[in-house]
Formats: sequence, structure tokens, C-alpha cells
Amino acid sequence: MSAVLTNTPTAAPLHQASPGLWTLAWRRLKRDKIGMVSLIVVVFFLLLMLGSYAGIVAGNWSKEVGVSYANPSFMAGAENLDAVKAKVDANAEKIPYVDLSDIDPLAPRYKEWEERTAKIKITETPRSDTLIFGGDKWGRDVLQKAIKGAQTSILVGLVAALFATVIGTTLGAISGYMGGKIGDFLEWFYNIFTSIPYILLILAFAAVFSSSPSLAPYRGVPMVVAILAFTGWTGIYRLIRSEYIKHASREYVKAAQAIGATHSRRMFVHILPNVSHVCLVQLSQHVVQFIKAEVILSFLGLGVPVDSVSWGTMLAEAQSELVIGKWWQLAAAGISMAILVTAFSMLTDSLRDALDPKIK
Amino acid sequence: MSNLLEVRNLNVKFRIDGGKIFEAVKGVSFDVPTNSTVALVGESGSGKSVSAMSIVRLLPRETAIVSPDSEVNFGGLNLLAASEQKMRDIRGKEISVIFQEPMSSLNPVFTVGDQIAEVLRLHTNMTRAQAWTRAEELMAEVGIPHPKSRMKSFPHELSGGQQQRVMIAQAIACEPKLLIADEPTTALDVTIQKQILDLIAKLQAKHHMSVLFITHDLAVVGEIADHVVVMQSGEIKEKGTAKAIFEAPQHPYTKALLSCRPSVEKRPRRLPVIDDFLRPEGVNQANLIERKRGYTADDKIVLEVKNLSKHFSMREGFFKKRDVPAVKDATFKLARGKTLGLVGESGSGKTTVGLTLMRLHEATGGEVFFEGVDLLKLSENDFTKYKRRIQIIFQNPYASLNPRFTVGQILMEPMEIHSIGKDTQERVNMSMALLKRVGMPEVSFYKYPHEFSGGQRQRIAIARCLTMKPDVLICDESVSALDVSVQAQVLNLLQDLQDEYQMSYIFISHDLAVVKYISDQVMVMSEGAVIEVANSDDIYLNPQQEYTRKLLGSIPKGWQGVAAPAPISA
Repeated sequence: MSAVLTNTPTAAPLHQASPGLWTLAWRRLKRDKIGMVSLIVVVFFLLLMLGSYAGIVAGNWSKEVGVSYANPSFMAGAENLDAVKAKVDANAEKIPYVDLSDIDPLAPRYKEWEERTAKIKITETPRSDTLIFGGDKWGRDVLQKAIKGAQTSILVGLVAALFATVIGTTLGAISGYMGGKIGDFLEWFYNIFTSIPYILLILAFAAVFSSSPSLAPYRGVPMVVAILAFTGWTGIYRLIRSEYIKHASREYVKAAQAIGATHSRRMFVHILPNVSHVCLVQLSQHVVQFIKAEVILSFLGLGVPVDSVSWGTMLAEAQSELVIGKWWQLAAAGISMAILVTAFSMLTDSLRDALDPKIK
Repeated sequence: MSNLLEVRNLNVKFRIDGGKIFEAVKGVSFDVPTNSTVALVGESGSGKSVSAMSIVRLLPRETAIVSPDSEVNFGGLNLLAASEQKMRDIRGKEISVIFQEPMSSLNPVFTVGDQIAEVLRLHTNMTRAQAWTRAEELMAEVGIPHPKSRMKSFPHELSGGQQQRVMIAQAIACEPKLLIADEPTTALDVTIQKQILDLIAKLQAKHHMSVLFITHDLAVVGEIADHVVVMQSGEIKEKGTAKAIFEAPQHPYTKALLSCRPSVEKRPRRLPVIDDFLRPEGVNQANLIERKRGYTADDKIVLEVKNLSKHFSMREGFFKKRDVPAVKDATFKLARGKTLGLVGESGSGKTTVGLTLMRLHEATGGEVFFEGVDLLKLSENDFTKYKRRIQIIFQNPYASLNPRFTVGQILMEPMEIHSIGKDTQERVNMSMALLKRVGMPEVSFYKYPHEFSGGQRQRIAIARCLTMKPDVLICDESVSALDVSVQAQVLNLLQDLQDEYQMSYIFISHDLAVVKYISDQVMVMSEGAVIEVANSDDIYLNPQQEYTRKLLGSIPKGWQGVAAPAPISA
């Protein structure tokens, strides 16, 4: 907005700033118990994400700390063939060698080799039989994987939703405010876009992006973000467009025109703050949607690469594990996603209520 | 005379945001005698509609609390304690209601015939065919032409006046004993208003109904009411027979209401406002001296409009376009420091004239000369510097201020755009001075529009225009949405500003009394065409055209006992 708020006049008498929209919305949100609990959960996940980004938590998620498919510690006694095998292997070393030196042509060199081997130190971390929430095929800690996966999933969800909202809002604003030929053109574009089934559209984008050599360095998370942002803006576009059509004919916009405000000023200084609550609610709805979409993409193998982890890749791995009864990876990814998505959706609902200008 | 309805000690509270309680009606008691019309008068927020709606228990159940010791006695039954089943029987049969907005009160997906017949089938034992025939009779009774074919019309196919007639037909279908009319004519044009008032009066006499008429307009009350109840902020200020209220009002609020509304007969220098009556010394007599109006030969012409026309094109069929003329060849002059009133019914093109002058609509043809320059021929860039010279105040002060801007931002924006004032500090000082000039405290600078009432918001809108010091100010129904007492204040402010800055006004309104009060010259429009332009006294005393006579004849006369000029027959 303009510089009016920042340049508070010094000579102003009785300066009592009134609560604006956001202050009032925050007051209403604070009264909403479900909204506040959801907010705390979401903030917790965001902190977790930041923590893992900075390496404070889940820094060594890729270390193979347990035996393959290590049991969760709350079911330590359960049968685990890999743990048994590891024990058998360890015991096997104690069996004495059979002396074959008289017939072995390489026997004279054994001593030399043994000396050389002794010079190389082998440190093998002891693999634990159980992990807090179990281990995966390579013995990685599922809990840490879930936290690290949250980082990827939330990052993809947030950034993609942000981009989609910016694209949708800009196009919607232009289409709704300008109308006429520009509006028609954008409507056509939108209609063609939405006539393609969603998953097919995502696959098409993924195929194009991943086959183009010039985009190769952006494979992985940036590409998933791009795919989701370019396919997901349509709903936002539609809503913002209708809001702009409604607002463009309002008297305050006409009044702005009468005092000589330019088109872009009317669009983005006058109308945008009046539809910002719609943008915000759409943003948070799309975060939820894109977290789920990332899971689907990764599950289909179009998502994040194999050397990183997301809830989607965890679910994809879990597919084969479930057959042999190792359910914990599925549970960890599923539960954390369910908690975040539910909290985020409820927060969105509360935000919509709190920001609804009609209640005022 | 026995009483049909007795309201005793009615208390209604509303739960509002944040667990607070708002007392809408505080201990109200009044009677509606059999076979008479009682008017409930008050400004917005006076609790008049809430009182009426609590009689039929149509208040929102989640938020409204009617106190348990309130009583509404209707034929020996306390309606507030009656069962929901009993209320359903009473509503529509014994007591029926007509609302302000006929368009939103009728269901758009059913034919009007169906909707009238539905009431009959709900409350009587009529068969479908009987109800249909009776509905047709009712349509004829309320004066809808060709009732037989109109029965099958959908609400949007009827005009506003006809829709209100359908609502009335629906309301009287079961011959109710009491008809509650909640501002039934406020949304209608003045000629239609007269027809509807006449119709209600006629039906009241014919069916021996009682009517509880809710309105803010005392002139309407004077025409139809036998008894008047004056309400203000949830309390009854005065009640009595119409004669007593109009000829010898006791309460200062009633006196104020009666005199702050401009009348066609008198034109004081300043309109009295409510505060004048609450002060011990009373109304300043100097302000009541008549003000002379009219263009004179030595007036300097600021704006000259020649053959202004505006056509809207409507799409018809697949490829065809049809030109709809909204303004046809309007020609008029505006003198410096004078006011040109533009009157006409809805759809007459009066607002379009205003918007086209400002180039908020692109004109189809004609010339607008301002200081010798044809504004319509200028390029968008060249026009920008003229923009600040012609400004507009819109009708709805709730819609014309951006709700996300503080008042300070609203006032400083035009100054920034047109580089008025050399820096922010100077602009802030100028805004503060203007706020003071329009009678607003300086603290308002930091507040948001929603914290102000309608009248205050209109003052802010006026201050916004004043930042640019315009030569011409277009007031597009600028006082129509305001309560009468606030209307008087804003009219006084506009008049003071004109005297001070010598601004010229184009005052657009459907309200003939207000236009007569504020205008030097009046232009009457109908269906896009200018019917008559003349000095305002001339046009009201001696209208030349048939249409003007009809329009003037429809102005509610108010209480005929006071000062009734011979009605101008149409």
C-alpha cells in the first residue's frame, strides 16, 4: 500500500490506530479453539521442517542404523528374519577355519594379505535390532525418514501453492477486471486447460519437463513444484476472476477511477486488498492439495528423485513392504500426512471464517 | 374502538459479535385498533422493523432474544407464547407481511400465479382450480392488467410496481385482519409509490383490515395513517393520532423529523437538524429565511453540454446487437456557484448523464465544453488534468469508500495522484483541515470506513472530492441512502461548501422535494430524453409538460391539514 501508514505524522494529535482487517481476523481466530489447535499443529510441522532443513533434526536419516526392517521398539519381540540372520552371521565368524594350506596354491600369500588387511581399519556401526518406529529395507530409521520426508512434502506444497496462487491471482485479476477480448482469451485458455483430466495433465507436464535436456539440472523438487504450480492455478484463477468482476463494478473502484487512478492502481492497490482473504484461503487449500499431489506424483515415480525422501516415496516403498508384513513405513508417512493435512484444512476453514468480511 | 393488536412492554435484544448484547427494542407498547392504519416511523436503527417482525416472530432465532415479560396480544392470544404450529396458521392467514424489496421477496422460479395460489392452498381448503381462479381475481383486484395471462408470468417479467402488487395480492389472499407493510414503497419510483399507497388504502377500507405501516418517510405517513408511533433508538418517543402528531408534535424528536425534511413549499437558508430542536434556545430563526434560487442573466457558465447522448449496445440473438439509448440529446448549462437538479424515475438516464460527463462512460455523441475545451474529444492523457476539476459523490457511502483503506489513505490518494501538496506532511495537514471542514474529528484520519455511520461516510466522500478543489461536483443520489435527519445535515454541508468555494453542483436525485430545495435549475428526464429544463421555482409552480405534472402530482403530500396546495391533477 502507499506510504501513508509508514510516514506517521509527528504532529498528529491523539494517534489511535484502528484495528485493520488482519487484526480483527486474528482476534476472531484466537476465539476459535479448533482453529488455534490446528494452527499450533501446523506451526509445529513448519518448525520441524525448518529444523530438518537446517540439519538439527533428522540430519542422518540416510544412515543405515538398524538391521533391515528393524522392528519398532514397542514390538521388539516380534519375529524378524533379518535380525536373526545378522546374529547367525556374527556367530559364523567363530567357527574355526579348515586348514587347506597344503593343497591351496595361494596359501603362501595368505600371510601377506592378512598383513595388508590388518592395516585397513574396518569400523562397522553396530546395527540395532529395533528402532523407535522401525526401519526400512536398508535399516534406515523410519521416524527420521518421515521427518525428512515432511520437509520435502511441505516445501513442495507451500512453494507450489504460492506460485499457483500468484499465477491464478494475476491471470484472474486481469481477466476479471479487463473483461472483453482479453478476458475471453484467458477464459478460453482456462477452458482448454481444465478440459484435460488432471492426472493426465500432470503426467504430460512431467513427461515434457523430464525429457527436456535443458531442464535436467532442475529435476527433482523444483520440477515437482513447477508441474504442480502450472497445473494447479485454474481453481484460483476462476475464483479471483469472479471476485474481480464483482469488485470492478463497485462504487469505490468507480470513485478511484473518478479521482484519476490508473488501471493497475485500481487492480492491485484498490481491489487486491479486498480479495486478499480469498487468495489466502485458496493458498492454504492448495497447500493441502499439493501435499497430496506430491505424494501421488512420487508414488507414480514422477516426483522427487530416489536419493531424497518424501512422504510419497515412502508410500511407494511401503507398497512392497506391506506384502511381507512391514507396515510401519506406511503408517509413519500416512499418519504424519493425515495429521498435517487435517490440521491445515481445519485451519483453512477457521481462516475463512475469521477473514469473512460479511461477519463484520 | 377495540384493539386488534396490543403490544405490551416489548423488549428485543440481539447477540452480536464478541458475546455483546445489543438492545434493539426497549419496552415498547402500542396498539393497533381494528380497521385502521398505524404508522411506525423512525430512522434506521430505531427498532421499527424489529418490533414489527417480532409480532409475527420472524426474527432470526439464533441471535434475537425476546424478553419473557413482553406481550403481543392478538385476538386474546399472546403471539410470543404461541406454539410454532399456531404461528404458522396465523402467518399469512390472520396476519400477513409485505416487504421492501418485491424482487427478492418473490421466488424467481415460480410463476406469480403459483405463488398467490400457494398461500390460498396452505390456509384454506380450496382445490387447485379454485385457488387458481381466486388468485386471478386477486390479481385483478390489485390492479394488474390482463390478470389471466399475467398469472403465468415469472417475477422478473413484471415491473417493480407490479411485483409489489403481486406481493400485496399474496398478502391479502386470505383476507387477513392485520397487514404489516415494511417500507413497501421505499424501493419504488415516486409515481409507482403513489399507486401502491392508494392501493393499500383502498384495500384497507374494502376488507376492513388494520395496517401496520413501517416507514421512515413522514410524508407517506401523513397520506395514509390514522395513528402514528414515532420511534428512536428502540424507544417510543411519541404516539398519537396523525392529527395530533402532525399539528401539535410534543417531543422535540418528532418536531425535528417533521421539519428537517425539505418540503416543496419552503426553502430555508439552512435545514433545521435534530440538534437544533434539542438545544434549549431552539432553531436559529435566521436560518429559516427563504433562499432565492434560480439562474440569472449574469451567471458565468462553467459547463455547457450540447446534444450529449449515450447508447448501450445489447447483444440480441447470436450476432445481432441492439442499441439501447440511455441518454438522448441532452443539452444544458451549468452556472458557476449554482446547482442543476436532475430528476427522473429509475431508468430515465439521469445517472448516465453524470457518469458520461466524467467520462466514466464513453459518450456516443455530443459535446461537453469546460473552459472552452470539449472534454469528450480530449485524449485520455489530456483529460487527466481536467479530471480533478469535475468530481462525483456516489449514492451509497457504504460502497464508495475502499474498506481496506484508512480515511487518511482515502483522502491522500487523490492528492498523490494529482501531485497536490509538496510532501506527505503537507498532504496530511490538508486532509486534517478538510476533515475538520466537513465536521469530522481529526482522529478519523487513522480509522477505517466501517467505523463510521452512513452520514459520516458521505462526509468523508465529500472531503475526498474537496481535496482536488473541483469546479463541478456531481452528486449522484448522494443523500438518498441517508436518514432524513442526516440528509438535512449533509444537504446543509453541501450548501455551505457551495457558498464558500463557489462550486457548481449537478444534483441527481429521484427525490423531488430535495431537488427542489437544493437546485437553482431543474432538468426533468424520462427514458433518456430531457423533458423540461427551467428554474426550479418555475418548474414546480408551473410545469409545462404533461410528464412533469404527473411526476410532481405523485409527491406524497404529507399531512393534508398542514398546508396543502391544490393538488396538480395529472
